[in-house]
Amino acid sequence: MTPPLEHDYLGLPESPGEVSGNLKDTELRLGLPGSESPERFDGGGAGLTLGLPKNFVSGAKRGFSDAIDGPDAWVLPGVKGSEEERGKGGEKANGKLLGPPSVGKDDGGAAKVAPSPKAQVVGWPPIRSYRKNTMAANPSKNKDDAKGKQGLECLYVKVSMDGAPYLRKVDLKTYSNYKELSLALEKMFTCFTIGQCGSYGMTGREILTEGRVMDLLQGSEYVLTYEDKDGDWMLVGDVPWEMFTDSCRRLRIMKGSDAIGIAPRAMEKSKSRN
Amino acid sequence: MVGGFRWAAMFPDEVWEHVFSFLPADADRNAAALVCRAWYRIERRSRWRVFVGNCYAVEPAAAVRRFPEVRAAAIKGKPHFADFNLVPSDWGGGAEAWVEAMAEGWPHLEELRLKRMVVSDDCLELIARCFKNFKVLSLVSCEGFSTAGLAAIAANCRNLRELDLHENEVEDNCLHWMSHFPESFASLVTLNIACLEGEVNVSVLERLIGRCPNLKTLRLNHSVPLERLVGLLHRVPQLVDLGTGKFAAQHHPELFSKLESAIAGCKNLKSLSGFWEAGPTYLPAIYSVCEGLTSLNLSYATLQGPELIKLISRCKNLQRLWVMDLIEDDGLIAVAASCKLLQELRVFPSDPYGAAQPISLTEHGLVAISAGCPMLHSVLYFCRQMTNAALLTVAKNCPNFTCFRLCIMEPHTPDYITRQPLDAGFSAIVESCKHLRRLSLSGLLTDLVFKSIGASANCLEMLSVAFAGDGDAGLHYILSGCKNLRKLEIRDCPFGDKPLLDNAAKLETMRSLWMSSCSVTLGACRQLARKMPLLNVEVINERKRGLPLELQPDNCPVEKLYIYRTVAGPRSDTPSCVWILR
Repeated sequence: MTPPLEHDYLGLPESPGEVSGNLKDTELRLGLPGSESPERFDGGGAGLTLGLPKNFVSGAKRGFSDAIDGPDAWVLPGVKGSEEERGKGGEKANGKLLGPPSVGKDDGGAAKVAPSPKAQVVGWPPIRSYRKNTMAANPSKNKDDAKGKQGLECLYVKVSMDGAPYLRKVDLKTYSNYKELSLALEKMFTCFTIGQCGSYGMTGREILTEGRVMDLLQGSEYVLTYEDKDGDWMLVGDVPWEMFTDSCRRLRIMKGSDAIGIAPRAMEKSKSRN
Repeated sequence: MVGGFRWAAMFPDEVWEHVFSFLPADADRNAAALVCRAWYRIERRSRWRVFVGNCYAVEPAAAVRRFPEVRAAAIKGKPHFADFNLVPSDWGGGAEAWVEAMAEGWPHLEELRLKRMVVSDDCLELIARCFKNFKVLSLVSCEGFSTAGLAAIAANCRNLRELDLHENEVEDNCLHWMSHFPESFASLVTLNIACLEGEVNVSVLERLIGRCPNLKTLRLNHSVPLERLVGLLHRVPQLVDLGTGKFAAQHHPELFSKLESAIAGCKNLKSLSGFWEAGPTYLPAIYSVCEGLTSLNLSYATLQGPELIKLISRCKNLQRLWVMDLIEDDGLIAVAASCKLLQELRVFPSDPYGAAQPISLTEHGLVAISAGCPMLHSVLYFCRQMTNAALLTVAKNCPNFTCFRLCIMEPHTPDYITRQPLDAGFSAIVESCKHLRRLSLSGLLTDLVFKSIGASANCLEMLSVAFAGDGDAGLHYILSGCKNLRKLEIRDCPFGDKPLLDNAAKLETMRSLWMSSCSVTLGACRQLARKMPLLNVEVINERKRGLPLELQPDNCPVEKLYIYRTVAGPRSDTPSCVWILR
């Protein structure tokens, strides 16, 4: 098997034109707060740049967004109107309902009444994240051991970002491709960048130092990496999504300069796997 | 008050202070403070415990100024639905503003309890540095800090009695934080580190607890292996509350008997929890203490029904039981027969997304418990089916419920026998349980159930509603009734603008209202905000496309709405997805 092509399985919108209106709003750019183009809707100033400057040349030093969809900056997947109108949209930006249909299990054998498809709704059933994380981390030794990791249908991994005061967790099962993941991460970590910090109310101790700010302004980008089952750090985007979710143990948003040398290993590793 | 007569002059201030110290609730103290200026002055100077249910309801500096002698503070941040990922992660609830104000105005603070707040390591360092007599730190469902922050607490809080970390997200970047407790430190009474994910240096822990003769509560995290539990228990035989670490190991008769005798040596044990990865092998090691147990938390143990029954039927004095639905109806029937003193039951789903085989936990288990346990007053029950008849029986059996939370896992599930909505069942609950303070609804429900709740639930303080109701009337019944309602949280219900606007004044009598995925429009929120200056009307819109909120039309639908009363005005730390309407 040849190394997977970067773009084959990423599901770019069928007709990019139809979503172009939205793209402008959410395109990420680097710049000082207030210097954004007028079309950009955002009260908060500069967003997190995990994208690359337009003149980036592909090479050993690869950025996350380059792995996702080439030299363009991150794009918002086309808004899926019907799910959102249904009103079940949760925290995730596109409000997508994911997960396998749940089997209706009435012991009394009653038929299901609910007309909506049995997709997983955000935040329902109301189980605390802590409990979900703990159960996912300690899979049960249920009657049905053959099923392996129990059907909690969530896959929490920690996400850390260099320079951020604390890390977060994301449930990889709630995304179906790299774009959704990247969007969610951007939302999550935007608060740690320059423009947002003031409105977030953090003190000087928590925001990035002036040195870091200067780094960002000078255009050094961040890349998204992950630690796989074998403990190796790989660049996100190299492998098909399902393979990624199976092997990803934790995520780290690191400075591009620290990521040099990861790419070749990733390619070699997938070659040796084949 | 007869004109000119001054109450306060009857006695010296110290006498009034002493009188006020008998007032059981802050609400009573608040009332006393309104009687006259002198009582206001005396009361505020003698209040040493404050509870702030919503960190944005008041400016930290104002609270600190009003009550200068506070020794114990409890503060809550994010709305409850944040537990279920419905609140954006950057919404707010930062503790820094409060900690800074307290460091400035309450240098003698001894106790701090924070819930659902974002607490940074800087906050912890500030606490460690500024409060010389700090004794109790309790963090529940918080995030934002790491073990480095805990190291600062350990190193500096010489008089620390309680370090209670409950279900927090803690980053592990300082493996040896516990080594920062000085050798002379011996004051611990409570140490709860169950939520820490990293390795714990058990030898350091052994030495620490070995020199704390007053240690009563010790809750370990899952990294502590069973073999080491033995050594730990030998050092703290006076323990009252134990949270085990990993409760599994290869079967070894010697380990079993050592564990058995170590546990038996803790003659004061009343509460057990932990049991990470527990299997049947080592469970019998705790049989000797079962009779004395009043609280048992097996909710993270995927033990099967038969093992659970063998264990729990020995716990004749159990008052609180938290367990997984693997206990099934049969197990609950056994509990009902053995645990006659049971007051609180929580049954959690082992498989919430329905992928594995069915579990036989139904309405029968709940009915059995209600019939067998006369002292039952608090229930949290996750199941997949329910009937009105069962709920009517439960209501009749347990008129003393204070908290009833039923979660039928599939939204809109009707009575599975009659196919009717569950209005009758829940109505019976609120009509029978006159002291009900907290209620969570589920299943197929029409506006009728809200009519009953509005009319009957006079003590209800907190109501959680999801996927229920037919229209505006439902919400109107609640807001126009339920005279003690403090917190209302609603998701995915067809409630719109009219009941909100018609009952605007009610919102000022409550702590907060959360509505998400309902039918509220921006126009109504704007009207509400204009009409009610003492409310913060927060509109949360994470989609961020199109025009900024200020330019959106009135008919723009609101995804998420959080309204709370406040004397602090709009907060200044809103993230970009939150707008506070004026």
